[in-house]
Amino acid sequence: MKFDRETNVQRLLLVIALSAITSLLLIAVFIFKEGVPFILQVGLRNFLLSSDWRPHAGKFGIYPMIVASLWVTFGAMLIGAPLGVAGAIFLNEFVPRTVMRVIKPTIELLAGIPSVVFGFIGVVVLAPLIRAHLGGPGLSVLAAAIVLGIMVLPTIISISTDAIAAVPQTYREGALALGATRWQAVHMVVVKAARSGIVASIILAMGRAVGETMAVIMVAGNAAKVPHSPLDSAQTLTATIALEMASATGMHRQALFATGVVLFVVIMVLNSIATVAVRRRIGKNSKR
Amino acid sequence: MFYRWPTATRLTVCLLALVCASCGKKYAAITLAGSTAFQPFAEKLAEEFMAQRSGVAITVQGGGSAVGIQSALSGVAQIGMADLVQLPPEAKELTSIVVARDGIAIIVNPANPIKDLSTVQVREIFEGKIGNWKDVGGTDKLITVVSREAGSGTRMSFEQLIGGIQLTRNAIIQDSSGTIRETVANDANAIGYLTHGVISQKVKPVTVDGVECTTAVIMASQYKLVRPVFFLTKGPATGAAKEFIDYVLSPEGQEIIKKNGLIPAQ
Repeated sequence: MKFDRETNVQRLLLVIALSAITSLLLIAVFIFKEGVPFILQVGLRNFLLSSDWRPHAGKFGIYPMIVASLWVTFGAMLIGAPLGVAGAIFLNEFVPRTVMRVIKPTIELLAGIPSVVFGFIGVVVLAPLIRAHLGGPGLSVLAAAIVLGIMVLPTIISISTDAIAAVPQTYREGALALGATRWQAVHMVVVKAARSGIVASIILAMGRAVGETMAVIMVAGNAAKVPHSPLDSAQTLTATIALEMASATGMHRQALFATGVVLFVVIMVLNSIATVAVRRRIGKNSKR
Repeated sequence: MFYRWPTATRLTVCLLALVCASCGKKYAAITLAGSTAFQPFAEKLAEEFMAQRSGVAITVQGGGSAVGIQSALSGVAQIGMADLVQLPPEAKELTSIVVARDGIAIIVNPANPIKDLSTVQVREIFEGKIGNWKDVGGTDKLITVVSREAGSGTRMSFEQLIGGIQLTRNAIIQDSSGTIRETVANDANAIGYLTHGVISQKVKPVTVDGVECTTAVIMASQYKLVRPVFFLTKGPATGAAKEFIDYVLSPEGQEIIKKNGLIPAQ
């Protein structure tokens, strides 16, 4: 058999491309294999809706963690989404190109800062501030939401900027020609046209916020109960897995894998929604 | 130059191969795994041991007491380390030796005026029945309880020694002695517990029932919150593992343990 260089390289690239998919499949299979039997044994209702998490007493209810993850994520979106979208609009519509070329990479640099560093700043600066001015233990849902809200900014800004930049220039010109002010043209035409891209950026950021572990462990306080106010401390799904994996055995370990299944499903759903949203936008634009 | 490089490279490779061949014959490798609280002490002991006895390579891994028991059972580690008051049933088939003891200190923020707590007060604080410092003679501030994660050896020992604590759900969970210390150091209303070897100036240990948690007091066996540190082996230890355990139990090994802030086995 004789292969020329071209086919060899092609095959090599195919193997590399497949290995990424294979590892995703292997991870999925492994988590489900370990977690699903446990869920069946304990019962889905018991597992998801009981708020009693005492692994050593055989109580495995992850309801408080689900609530905590939701609170932290939506809190982060409440802070990150307006800032991120406003930033993206500003960068695209109100700032000269040259300035944007400096600012955008700087914001994207934020994505390269390790989450431990965010967590550390949260513990040392943010938590004491919250404790002193708002009360509570400081390590709280609010602290986690603020830290995550800042961490997801690069995701929101860079995808939203791309979506807004993809809006045809003729839309803006048309709006201005009809007598709209610059701001009217932006919020009535440009943002509407880029809406699905902006939504996709927020959903991707949500996926990132749900999955973030290190920074959340450091600033959320990890109390395994349903939080009643943003100043309460809470333990997210990811934090539970990371904190307890090292010392978990038997049922406890399986319960953590089952928690992984829940996370996996949540993130898959979020990512699929984002993909569909992005695809719809591309479809719309290419039709016109 | 072009002709010299390959020769030099070949020589180096030969030398390396020789060194490796000889070390392959001579070296015995032991792995220790388990308790993160005892890990730094095990590392120090291993270092000293290897300095005296060339030909033995010791690797010390953490993971927690549960991992120590698991890896001793599965044979991943020759020696498992566990610091529990009571070994779980699955550890029954392992040979266990107490190599050191460890006091669990209860710490508060230095700004807290509290100096002493009774065992009952400690239990009620950690169970959430006492929620305000003024109920134990302090200022009118809500107590922030800080604890270790479920499955931690320190937490299991602490809860058992105080007497079956059912931890309050409001407790903040941290996953190491170091982060417990930082959390208490940063929060004026916090209370936590940790191995007494890692107490620093940033936190204040309180006396329990009037007894201080210091090496001397623990050695006089007056302090209540003391747990043993076990070395676990599958069957009686043999070879290099036995030599190492003997070294740890020798006066010299026990002295190293004491000097670094832990309590000797006996």
